[in-house]
Amino acid sequence: MRIAGFSLDCERLPAPLPIWRATVRAETWRVLARGVSEQGGRLLALWASDCTRGAAGSLVVSSAYVVREGLLWLDLPLGERRSSYPDLAPIFPCAARMQRAAADLLGVTADGAADQRPWLNHGAWPAGCFPLRHGALEKNSEVAREVSDYAFVRVEGDGVHEIPVGPVHAGIIEPGHFRFSVVGEKVLRLEQRLGYKHKGIEQRFTELPPLEAYRLAGRVSGDSTVAYAWAWCMALESLAGCRVSERAASLRALLLERERVANHLGDLGALGNDAAFAFGLAQFSRLREDWLRLAREAFGHRLMMDCIVPGGVAMDIDQATSDRLARQCDLIEREVQALRQVYDEHAGLQDRFMTTGRVPPELAARLGLTGLAGRASGRAADLRCDQPWPPYDRLAVKMSTQGNGDVAARVAVRFDEIEESLRLLRLLLLQLGEGETRSALRLPAKAAFGAGWVEGWRGEVFVALLWDGEGGANAIRRCHVHDPSWQNWPVLEHAVIGNIVPDFPLINKSFNLSYAGHDL
Amino acid sequence: MWRILRQITRQGLCSEPPPECSDAPRVEAGRIHDELLTILGQALAVRQVDAGSCNGCELEINALNNPYYNIEGLGIRFVASPRHADLLLVTGPVSRNMALALRRTHDATPEPKLVVAVGDCGCSGGIFGEGYASCGRVANVIPVDVTVAGCPPAPIDILRGILTAVRRCRAAPG
Repeated sequence: MRIAGFSLDCERLPAPLPIWRATVRAETWRVLARGVSEQGGRLLALWASDCTRGAAGSLVVSSAYVVREGLLWLDLPLGERRSSYPDLAPIFPCAARMQRAAADLLGVTADGAADQRPWLNHGAWPAGCFPLRHGALEKNSEVAREVSDYAFVRVEGDGVHEIPVGPVHAGIIEPGHFRFSVVGEKVLRLEQRLGYKHKGIEQRFTELPPLEAYRLAGRVSGDSTVAYAWAWCMALESLAGCRVSERAASLRALLLERERVANHLGDLGALGNDAAFAFGLAQFSRLREDWLRLAREAFGHRLMMDCIVPGGVAMDIDQATSDRLARQCDLIEREVQALRQVYDEHAGLQDRFMTTGRVPPELAARLGLTGLAGRASGRAADLRCDQPWPPYDRLAVKMSTQGNGDVAARVAVRFDEIEESLRLLRLLLLQLGEGETRSALRLPAKAAFGAGWVEGWRGEVFVALLWDGEGGANAIRRCHVHDPSWQNWPVLEHAVIGNIVPDFPLINKSFNLSYAGHDL
Repeated sequence: MWRILRQITRQGLCSEPPPECSDAPRVEAGRIHDELLTILGQALAVRQVDAGSCNGCELEINALNNPYYNIEGLGIRFVASPRHADLLLVTGPVSRNMALALRRTHDATPEPKLVVAVGDCGCSGGIFGEGYASCGRVANVIPVDVTVAGCPPAPIDILRGILTAVRRCRAAPG
């Protein structure tokens, strides 16, 4: 693969999507990043790993880029006694928090990074201890530690005051801290502090039996359980060289599209409610409940947790169930169309939605806004269209984009995507295809890399796995899971500038980002 | 406006006639409502605290507000501050970064200060267990009255857990 004049020696991983891996040196780390950026590519994830084995090996920093050809996973071994690498934040602003997280977990720092405050470590472990380094936890004594102070950026001037919100929020929401600097009602600046939900998921992946860990993947972010389980299983299957059958792939897509519809239904109701339109919440939450109840009957779980397993899926559906699912798609489609008309024609609602929380396309491109929110700001990227993997290769998914980048645009994309997902669901149900629902999976007796990449309802979910099968070790050495919220949280800080404080819940909901998927 | 009215009249009250697939939960919800009024004689104010969940439990707690379960119609309301709450509904394994916030929320809650731990993680630490960043179950951090198992528990099970806590509170002396 050629990037910025470099011919990269890439290895293609046997995943259903084009995923390439290469090892690079520190000199080319930034050159490649700039090259990707100039070609219109984007940074998907950045993480670090401890690849030392006894005296050999080193700490490794990895980045994953999305380029035209697919996904490019680059490893930068830091070499003996080195723990710093070139900063990517000037090229890709979204790298900043990922680099801070890598510093907290593995003690690798980005050279000259403007912001080096801790991100995930709020004082739960000592500053010099890096929990994802081998043996770090045995050395760390189990004493309860003081919560450390965090240096928020102060906004000063006449009449400026701060409103601190969280970590415990006023509704049924996940925890995080928002620090607003306001004048009157107008927001001058929002600064987020996240990491409250950090519970050591990536460490936990290495402790569970490899064939059981898909259950943990399904609990990285409960609202995206299908997307994570699929991405994780894809990663494990790619390192084991296992191909899932046509039927298993179709059933996975069926679950993924149902998850997309379920979340969009919930969000559309909540968005109505946040604009004081309780009718919307009542209607959409009723539809969502109908949707979840049928999921419980058809797949055994309302949120469809643990339905995707390594090698395929845990269940199959018969013709009668298939007919019921298709009938429900028709019913929901009619209801959503009627409600869309109500939303579109409601002047009060549109007044709250339009021009609120605007992220113009130029800003979205510069900051790397991704997924659903990206598509509402003119970023035409959807993995199901860009790299259609089975069964999306036979479905011709229609992407929905909007150019205004406001709450109204994010509402419109959700309406469009429900319609499209319902179309896909009916197509899938017509032809689920043949094959075993679960193929046998043999994990290799050598070291191997695996990667999974799936377009969840919020955006791209990515999983990178390092497998060690040598000498009967049979263990996951490192698992990195990436949520699109990493890219979008910082953009939310920009989206609220100049808006009034009471519009924040509405703007926040229109992004509906994951705290759990981000904090890990 | 007429579309809204038409939708409302066309839909009718879905809390009243039992929907096809939810006969049992509907009857159960009615019974819970009666018991709640008998025991408390008033409304119940609940403060939900996510102490580190995967957000699956939050989805199901939110579902309690939909017209099928109609929890506000049962006299149970989610409130914005622990100072207004009779009961804390806590989810997640408690992350170390949330332990202090959870303790403070508990301190700020007036008597009877009931605590219901929701979900397998809240009950036992679940799949996350205890580790460098997770304190495990809710009871490791604050006293818990009732646990509701499930991953995530169905809305009706969460409702049942809330009522159990209220019932025990009445049974306890003082």
